[in-house]
Amino acid sequence: MLVGEREVVAEIRGLTVRRLRAWVRRGWIRPAVRDHEYRFDELDLARLRLLCELREELGVGEEAMPLILSLMDQVYGLRRELRRLAEAIGAEPVEVRERILARLHEAP
Amino acid sequence: MAEDLYAVLGVDRGASQEEIRKAYRRLAKELHPDFNPGDRTAEERFKKVSAAYEILGDPEKRARYDRGEIDETGAEKPQYRHYRDFAETGAGERYHTGRGFEDFADLGDIFSELFGRTARRRAGPMRGPDLRYHLVVDFLDAVRGGRRRVVLPDGSALDVTIPAGIESGQVIRLRGKGAPGFEGGPPGDALVEIEVRPHPLFTREGDDIRVTLPITLDEAVLGGKVEVPTIDGPVRMTIPRGASSGRVLRLRGKGVPDPRTGRRGDQYVRLEIVLPEQIDSELETFMRRWRENHAYDPRARLREMA
Repeated sequence: MLVGEREVVAEIRGLTVRRLRAWVRRGWIRPAVRDHEYRFDELDLARLRLLCELREELGVGEEAMPLILSLMDQVYGLRRELRRLAEAIGAEPVEVRERILARLHEAP
Repeated sequence: MAEDLYAVLGVDRGASQEEIRKAYRRLAKELHPDFNPGDRTAEERFKKVSAAYEILGDPEKRARYDRGEIDETGAEKPQYRHYRDFAETGAGERYHTGRGFEDFADLGDIFSELFGRTARRRAGPMRGPDLRYHLVVDFLDAVRGGRRRVVLPDGSALDVTIPAGIESGQVIRLRGKGAPGFEGGPPGDALVEIEVRPHPLFTREGDDIRVTLPITLDEAVLGGKVEVPTIDGPVRMTIPRGASSGRVLRLRGKGVPDPRTGRRGDQYVRLEIVLPEQIDSELETFMRRWRENHAYDPRARLREMA
C-alpha cells in the first residue's frame, strides 16, 4: 500500500510536509514517485516514525542525524549480508560447515 | 509485583520533568532496538523505559501514577511495525549502504565474489543509487504494451517502454536513469514498479482473459452469432443452441501474450442470460402455456446432494 504526502503527515505525529520534503531532498527518505507525487510504503513510514522519534523524543539534532542514519544503514546492510553468508554456509554439507567453524575458532 | 517506574528510569521520586526527560533520553539512546537489532535484552529494557516515560514524562499521568490512580502499565500506545522489522527484508535494501566492504578487498577476491560489485573498489568513483518509481497503467495498455512517460516531481520526465503482457508488481529497470554517480561513477538505475488498473469488463488470470457476456433469452434458446469484446476489439462468436447462464466458451488465442515467449492465452466468455426489462403479455402467455406440458427440473441434483 502506498500513501501520499498528506496521508503521511496526518498519520505520523510531529511530522510536517516541510520537514518531510526536506528529508526526501536529503535522501534520508526515498519514496517512490507516481503521477508527479511522492508515494510512501510501509518501510518509508517505519523509517519516518523512527526519524521523528529520534528528533522529538530523543533530542537528536539535524547535524547528528546523517551520522546516525549512515551507521544504522551500514549495520542493517552488514546484518543482511551476514545473514546471507550464514544461510549459504548453513546450506553446505556438515564437513564444510565444520571446516569453516574450525577456521573461525583458530587463534588469529 | 509491579516495577517502580522511577527505578526503571533511575531517577528519584522528586525528580523534575527535565531530569526525567534527560534520564529517558540517555537510556533510550543506549537501548533503542533499531540500533541494537537482535538484542532481546536491550529491547525488553527499552520497552520498560519507554512505558515508564510514557507515564512519568507526562506531568498529568505522573501525578495520577503518584496518587495510585493508574498502574505502571498506563495506557497502551498504538502498535506500529518497527523499522527493524523491515530493514533486513527485501525492501530494506533501499536504505542500505553498499560501501561497508570496500576495505575488505585486501582479503582477496573472495569478498568481491561474496558481496558483489562494491567490494573490489577501494575508493573513488561510486555508482549512484537506484531510484524507485511507481507507474499506474491502464489494463489494455498493460496487455498490449506501449510507451508511457513518467513525470517526476522536479518536472523532468522518464520514458518507459511497457512490454505487452506486463502484470502488477513487475519492475522495469531503466539502466543509468537513476541518481548520478559519485566522483565520476556511473549513474544508478531507475526501477519502475508497475500497477495495472483493473478493467470494468476484462479480468486477467495468468495469460487468460475472462469476460462475462450478457445474452438474450432468444439467443440462449435458439443460438446465434453475437459480438464479444476482446482485448483486440470486438469479434463475432457463435452461441450454441440451448446455452444456459454460467456456460463458458473459449476464444482461443485471444488472451494476453506471455512477455517472454509472445504466446497468447485464451479468452473465456461466461454467458449470462438477461431477460427483457419488461415481461410483456405475449411472453407471459407463451410461458404459461409452455409450462403446462414442458415441466423440467434443473434442481434435481441439488436435492440429491443436500
